[in-house]
Amino acid sequence: MCMTCGCGSEGVHLDGHKDDVGHEHEHVGTDGVVYRHAHRHHHHGSDVSHRHDAEPAVPREIRIERDILAKNDSFASDNRQRFEQEGVLALNLVSSPGSGKTSLLVRTLLALQGKTPVAVIEGDQQTSLDAERIRATGIAAVQVNTGKGCHLDAQMVQRALAEQAPTPESLLFIENVGNLVCPAAFDLGEAAKVVVLSVTEGDDKPLKYPDMFRAARLMLINKCDLLPHVQFDVQRVIENARRVNPGIEVIQLSAVTGAGVAEWLDWLEREFGAVKARRADSVAVLKRRVAELEAQLQAQHTFPANEPHDL
Amino acid sequence: MHELALAESVLQMVDEAARANGFRRVRKIVLEIGQLAAVDPAAMRFCFDAVVRETVADGAVLEIEEIPGRGWCVHCAAVVPMDDFVAACPQCGSFGVQSRSGRELRLKTLEVE
Repeated sequence: MCMTCGCGSEGVHLDGHKDDVGHEHEHVGTDGVVYRHAHRHHHHGSDVSHRHDAEPAVPREIRIERDILAKNDSFASDNRQRFEQEGVLALNLVSSPGSGKTSLLVRTLLALQGKTPVAVIEGDQQTSLDAERIRATGIAAVQVNTGKGCHLDAQMVQRALAEQAPTPESLLFIENVGNLVCPAAFDLGEAAKVVVLSVTEGDDKPLKYPDMFRAARLMLINKCDLLPHVQFDVQRVIENARRVNPGIEVIQLSAVTGAGVAEWLDWLEREFGAVKARRADSVAVLKRRVAELEAQLQAQHTFPANEPHDL
Repeated sequence: MHELALAESVLQMVDEAARANGFRRVRKIVLEIGQLAAVDPAAMRFCFDAVVRETVADGAVLEIEEIPGRGWCVHCAAVVPMDDFVAACPQCGSFGVQSRSGRELRLKTLEVE
């Protein structure tokens, strides 16, 4: 049997000796990568199962001790570093389906038009309907279809960034797949997760899906224009959210009427300002360091190194 | 729900280990899953069985060590058991217990041949 993939366990014969006559084949891994590799075996027939008589199976233990999300986290950390270096404020918008994320995004993009450069990555299992809604505002949007996947991961975001790089000092909205469970576990490299909860969903959501509300920095309570028509206690939802995440910030708004949107735009401006300030600081630190090194080089030229040393 | 992605991730790590260590079959996979890691062990087993079919880990036993959640209360500074992120501190009754363990999601060891 092939060591890497388990292929060839049926219909291949091997009688224990090594032989240069082998076969090469390929197969597709679960990550979609095509693996191609050779078997240095002599195949005698197709009716006997694959055996390794000369190599008795001795079980041994291999210690791995690695985080299962390590690969995602390493892509996320690359993304985060890139965002920080380029002064991009990346926000991961999460919610259940139908909370009004895309409508809110469209309203936000229209409000920022002509003031701040913005890019959008849209995640959905199927269709590019959301990206088309975004593009209708004149903003560039990359649609990522996750297929069977219930969340975006950091590698998908990295691929989307390769397709359309955000301009330095800009806003990047990453609209995740509508799902209040899985996106909580996958860091994309964003500055913050923003959870959108609409008043038609019920004020107990933070208790039912605590991981998401714990992971988010800001909760936007959307569709507040519908409050007179639904049983939704705004104070209770805020209490519930702060039970799982005492530091969570909250803004109430309506993407349809525009009420409260100004407060959201202020929040964005504040966060964006902080990102730009950090970038300016790191550029200033780099410039200072360059100046120090230049001064050291200068000093070495001024005082030749062939002076006698005390030993 | 994301257990499928996690199971695929475990399989990728097993594949990498197979290339590095040259084993041809995995007999046992030991995972460490914290109680607060938002992963359902039963769902993990189901997805694992689905993704390992016809791979080096086909037929491997999946052993899951569950790590109990423990937290630190920011109000009374007690270290307390923590079943979820919603419960109040059992010592002083206030909310805001911060997790100290129970969020683990690790591939620990492989038994191979």
